[in-house]
Amino acid sequence: MIGSVFYFSISPEEERKVRANDREYNEKFQYANNCIMTSKYNIITFLPVNLFEQFQEVANTYFLFLLILQLIPQISSLSWFTTIVPLVLVLSITAVKDATDDYFRHKSDNQVNNRQSQVLINGTLQNEKWMNVRVGDIIRLENNQFVAADLLLLSSSEPHGLCYIETAELDGETNMKVRQSLPVTSELGDPNSLAQFDGEVICEPPNNKLDRFCGTLYWRENKYGLSNQNMLLRGCVLRNTESCYGLVIFAGPDTKLMQNSGRTKFKRTSIDRLMNTLVLWIFGFLVCMGVILAIGNAVWEKEVGFLFQSYLPWDPPVDNFLFSAFLAFWSYVIILNTVVPISLYVSVEVIRLGHSYFINWDRRMFCQRRNTPAEARTTTLNEELGQVEYIFSDKTGTLTQNIMTFNKCSINGHAYGEWEMSRAQRLDFSFNPLADRDFCFYDQNLLDSVKLGEPAVHEFFRLLSLCHTVMSEEKSEGELMYKAQSPDEGALVTAARNFGFVFRSRTPSTVTVQELGRSVTYALLAILDFNNIRKRMSVIVRNPEGKIRLYCKGADTLLFERLHPCNHDLMNVTSDHLNEYAADGLRTLVLAYRDLSEQQWEDWAERRRSAERAADYREDRLAAAYEEIEQDMMLLGATAIEDKLQEGVPETIAILSLANIKIWVLTGDKQETAVNIGYSCKMLTDDMSEVFIINGHTVQRVREELSGEQGGWHPQQEEKPQQGSPPAPALPSLLDSISGEYALVISGHSLAHALEADMEREFLDTACACKAVICCRVTPLQKALVVELVKKHKKAVTLAIGDGANDVSMIKTAHIGVGISGQEGIQAVLASDYSFSQFRFLQRLLLVHGRWSYLRMCRFLCYFFYKNFAFTMVHFWFGFFCGFSAQTVYDQYFITLYNIVYTSLPVLAMGIFDQDVPEQRSLEYPKLYEPGQLNLLFNKREFFICIAQGIYTSVVLFCVPYGVLSQATRNDGIPLADYQTFAVTVATSLVIVVSVQIALDTGYWTAINHFFVWGSLGAYFTILFAMHSNILFSIFPNQFHFFGSAQNTLIQPVVWLTIALATVVCIVPVLAFRFLKLDLKPQLSDTVGLSVF
Amino acid sequence: MKSQQAANRPDNTAFTQQRLPAWQPMLSAHFVIPGFLLIGMAFIGIGVALYITSQNIQVLEKDYTGTGQYTACSECADMQTIPCICNVTFSLTTLFTGPVFLYYGLSNYYQNYRKYQVSRDDVQLWGDVTKSPGDACAPYQYIDNKPIAPCGSIANSMFNDTFSLYQIINGTMKLVPLDGKGIAWWTDYNIKFRNPSAQGSLQDAFNGTMKPVNWSKPAYELNPSDMNDNGFLNQDFLVWMRTAALPDFQKLYRRITSGDYALGLPPGDYVLQIEYNYAVKDFGRKKVVFSNVTWMGGKNEFLGVAYIVVGSLCLVMSVVMLVVYAKYKFADENA
Repeated sequence: MIGSVFYFSISPEEERKVRANDREYNEKFQYANNCIMTSKYNIITFLPVNLFEQFQEVANTYFLFLLILQLIPQISSLSWFTTIVPLVLVLSITAVKDATDDYFRHKSDNQVNNRQSQVLINGTLQNEKWMNVRVGDIIRLENNQFVAADLLLLSSSEPHGLCYIETAELDGETNMKVRQSLPVTSELGDPNSLAQFDGEVICEPPNNKLDRFCGTLYWRENKYGLSNQNMLLRGCVLRNTESCYGLVIFAGPDTKLMQNSGRTKFKRTSIDRLMNTLVLWIFGFLVCMGVILAIGNAVWEKEVGFLFQSYLPWDPPVDNFLFSAFLAFWSYVIILNTVVPISLYVSVEVIRLGHSYFINWDRRMFCQRRNTPAEARTTTLNEELGQVEYIFSDKTGTLTQNIMTFNKCSINGHAYGEWEMSRAQRLDFSFNPLADRDFCFYDQNLLDSVKLGEPAVHEFFRLLSLCHTVMSEEKSEGELMYKAQSPDEGALVTAARNFGFVFRSRTPSTVTVQELGRSVTYALLAILDFNNIRKRMSVIVRNPEGKIRLYCKGADTLLFERLHPCNHDLMNVTSDHLNEYAADGLRTLVLAYRDLSEQQWEDWAERRRSAERAADYREDRLAAAYEEIEQDMMLLGATAIEDKLQEGVPETIAILSLANIKIWVLTGDKQETAVNIGYSCKMLTDDMSEVFIINGHTVQRVREELSGEQGGWHPQQEEKPQQGSPPAPALPSLLDSISGEYALVISGHSLAHALEADMEREFLDTACACKAVICCRVTPLQKALVVELVKKHKKAVTLAIGDGANDVSMIKTAHIGVGISGQEGIQAVLASDYSFSQFRFLQRLLLVHGRWSYLRMCRFLCYFFYKNFAFTMVHFWFGFFCGFSAQTVYDQYFITLYNIVYTSLPVLAMGIFDQDVPEQRSLEYPKLYEPGQLNLLFNKREFFICIAQGIYTSVVLFCVPYGVLSQATRNDGIPLADYQTFAVTVATSLVIVVSVQIALDTGYWTAINHFFVWGSLGAYFTILFAMHSNILFSIFPNQFHFFGSAQNTLIQPVVWLTIALATVVCIVPVLAFRFLKLDLKPQLSDTVGLSVF
Repeated sequence: MKSQQAANRPDNTAFTQQRLPAWQPMLSAHFVIPGFLLIGMAFIGIGVALYITSQNIQVLEKDYTGTGQYTACSECADMQTIPCICNVTFSLTTLFTGPVFLYYGLSNYYQNYRKYQVSRDDVQLWGDVTKSPGDACAPYQYIDNKPIAPCGSIANSMFNDTFSLYQIINGTMKLVPLDGKGIAWWTDYNIKFRNPSAQGSLQDAFNGTMKPVNWSKPAYELNPSDMNDNGFLNQDFLVWMRTAALPDFQKLYRRITSGDYALGLPPGDYVLQIEYNYAVKDFGRKKVVFSNVTWMGGKNEFLGVAYIVVGSLCLVMSVVMLVVYAKYKFADENA
């Protein structure tokens, strides 16, 4: 959003040209300077801009339109303030909120813009505020300073032009990353030589991709390719580096940090959508009523009003009854406008905000260990938490702790790490002074093999100590700290460390390893990095003897394809081991190496360089180059890492399934691992009739498997579709009847086919018929696609929960995204709507908070529509008795205050605090969650019931006073049928009836509810008497026409008898209906509630 | 570290943890069924009392619109002769218990029409005739650029039939004294309406204003017999200005409280002499009503009947609920 605001005037930038130390040249392009502005308003623009924004809301515009109507004297049936007071109130509540938000943005902007940085100007370093830094400036950074803009690293105080950065603010990863300047510029160490630097960078336009950069440096007639490796992005912090110099490439709003800070797509709940539809219907209803009353007015004016002219002449513009009817229509639109509740949206926001705070405040969702409370990052989705039907969960870090321990390994066909619990003895690594004391391993054989010097074992650990991207930090001699991007890598490097292959330090071109006490420095020739598609990483190193070797570790499926054929036997053995490990729920990696000759390396290095220099498709070309070299590898073995389940996961899953929530696990792990985790967290059970496994590689195969699963219930087997016909009844009911006993496991490559347009339906039907679904080996995109599929076809509320960057797309796609703040940075949390640190909090979020939110919101909406209809429709009935003249029944002050003072707070209190059953019960009886999923508490039917009740109430409120007062007189003979008495009687009855109704609807009377309910009634009578008092009248005799009415009316017993009658007639049917419903058709929540008390 | 942990940990209060002590009412049978029973009985009791009281109230209505050929005041209905006086006769066989109230009633008369209802100026009626009357009074705002006092449609259309009641005793007509004091709201008479104040007479105070178009006399001459009952404080005017909520309404005209008639109208023949000035026959009707009141006011059958009906329904509902409840209760216990 920020980006778009800044660019609308200029044609989009196609490439960026920056010349160092040449402000004049750079100014030609009018690049944004380094001043950021995340705030939306300033003091002058706040009012117009904020109002403009607010009036983009249909409801607000509607009320503005009403206000304009009210200013036309011929139409105005109500004073202008009846609309403007609520409107101003609503607008100011929102405005205050916006202003507060913006104030804090201003504050942080100011703070950031005024940070100091050292800029090289005319050959000397000068202190400048961040906001004065320009594109093309060279700035100097010192240790622990924030990077001021996106910089091209030119040189650093460290050797080789290296520097280290921490990117926590950017992507949440706390490990250090290394950046390196181009060799040609790394020599420019002092301000003087830097001032002479006049290179020109041509690069891509500003974008939001944090992990790539593509550009070229032209300097002294030479071209140098630039990549993300040379960039220091704004938001990073310089670490372990004394100082460095950088050239500003992107500044201010163009920086990747700012480009990423755009708001994500605004999510709306189904209740929101329903509410909007209903408000439209109410508009329609309003117009209908207006038309009916206008027709009535036409008839009346023709039949009666025409003759009544001797006492009430038509206004000059009215010359016939049709025109009068036209005006009456608009007049009625004005007085009936209260059916469209102006305060609805604001009240809904307030309630949701309250619910969000309850989530933030919940101590039972606070994780002691991580010191993180749950956080509702979006405050607009709460009630949808009570309607979730599908949960899509990541596995690693979500169901599991993502704390990896090196558990087993298979080296050269020999399995290590089997041990019996009873005889378990922790290995003693005291021979190794650099060992990590927290590391545990129990198989003595492995240590013996290391000590005996088995070459395969040595090579295995050598690989583990070389092939990774871990950074080491050695605070003092022998105290090594590893900083790993993924916990798996950390676990593997630590394992190698304890077994005597200690990774000690790295430079961009070397890795130093302490091999069984002997320090060996390998020349690091290339890193073929990891990504989700390659699912492997390799390094190419040259050992001190000069031999070049490629070490590779990665997923078994991919690596086995790339092994030398001679590994066939070993591969089979290892594969068996892998299957065992996976069946134990361990995460596996396969390790392999390849010897390269000098020639091979040279050739390949050349191909890689050309790929790197390529202007377009650079990444594809690089991937292809990597692919080329990772061939004919020799298998070393496999590792198995354990990732323990988080606390309470099986219980949570069990409870959520009892609540009829279907849980799909989408994981990148291999099938066996996933299935095993499925068992250990009780998603899959031995009671299940069958676990279908689909892992065909072709469209045909997958289709067969899918239809096979659907068609018949064949004995446990994989990939063998059954030709048999399905046993009796029709398919859908069959699918329904069997649900709960079957599970589906599908792998990524099958999923790719299953998600194609012609098969997705079939896949979805099968998957939804199963109680548990596990998708393994899926890519982040596939995760999102699966969620999208369910969202599209099932009309069900989906929730995605995950912790890593690979879950972000799924979290953004699902109706509700939950981020686990765990080991893998905070990207998932940043993209999420709710975040907490333990999977088990999910049950509380859904079953307690979600359920309550939904219940409260539904009760709130029902009552809200009811009270407005009860209030407004009285005008409609009165229309038939006042010549359809748009005369209101109530005093205009009553109309102004009804929605904002007399009836707003009790229902808000109910909407925020109500509880039907105590929280323990919602966890004990997960079935209580079902009404939300089935959308039973507020839907179109419920809406019509509320409306009907409101209309019934309005009829009673009109007819009872009509019947009584039309004939009644006071005991001093004065008739009670005057307009003001009637108005006060109806208004008082209305306030009492709706108060009794909210009292009935409130299930949980806290002190606050009492205060609001009684307070509202008290406020009504206080304000009534105040408005009708002679003090106000004597000040504004023309405004307070109702002077004396309250005193004269409410002293009459007949009036109170009328109010009592109206109240009983309104409430008794509701009471009887609810009582009978409780007895005849009790809901689970009723019985659970009863059993408590 | 400890303190930092405490900082992030949410407060353990009843409010934040949603554990506020609360009363959770349930619709239990022990509460609802007796409740219905109680309401039912109370309502029937009140209803019967109201009904009986209402039955004891005597009401006598006489329509005098005069639209039919031989109906009362038909001779005046064409509004040709002004003033036209007509008589409505009636006879009482029993004592019409006092105090008796005399009302006039208009039907299909829309005092509650919005334009009509707002067509007044409360500032003017509060005694300020010097200010120009509010626009709401149009078209009865000015005559010849002089403000009308009282302005507006309500005042202009003030009911101006007058009634005098005679008892016929042995062929002679004995005037029944009618009391026109205190027929308007106390607050209206004492606070909401004020006569303009000026040195000298009330007439001087109204100097520079015009009388409403339909009025035959200016405001300060509304009641020639009582100097204090004039101007904006004229009781009939106050009664008229308190507009009716519904198109069929009655307004209090006089009380019969004094003289020989303090205890009521004794049996006999009566003549109500009407000065017929007010034209309604194009759209509605007019009538006179004699009525007496009890503690609960005038005759009001609706209230009593409604109470009895609602009370009975509550009783029926309580029985139904009891049956349903018992049935399900026992069904549960058997199961």
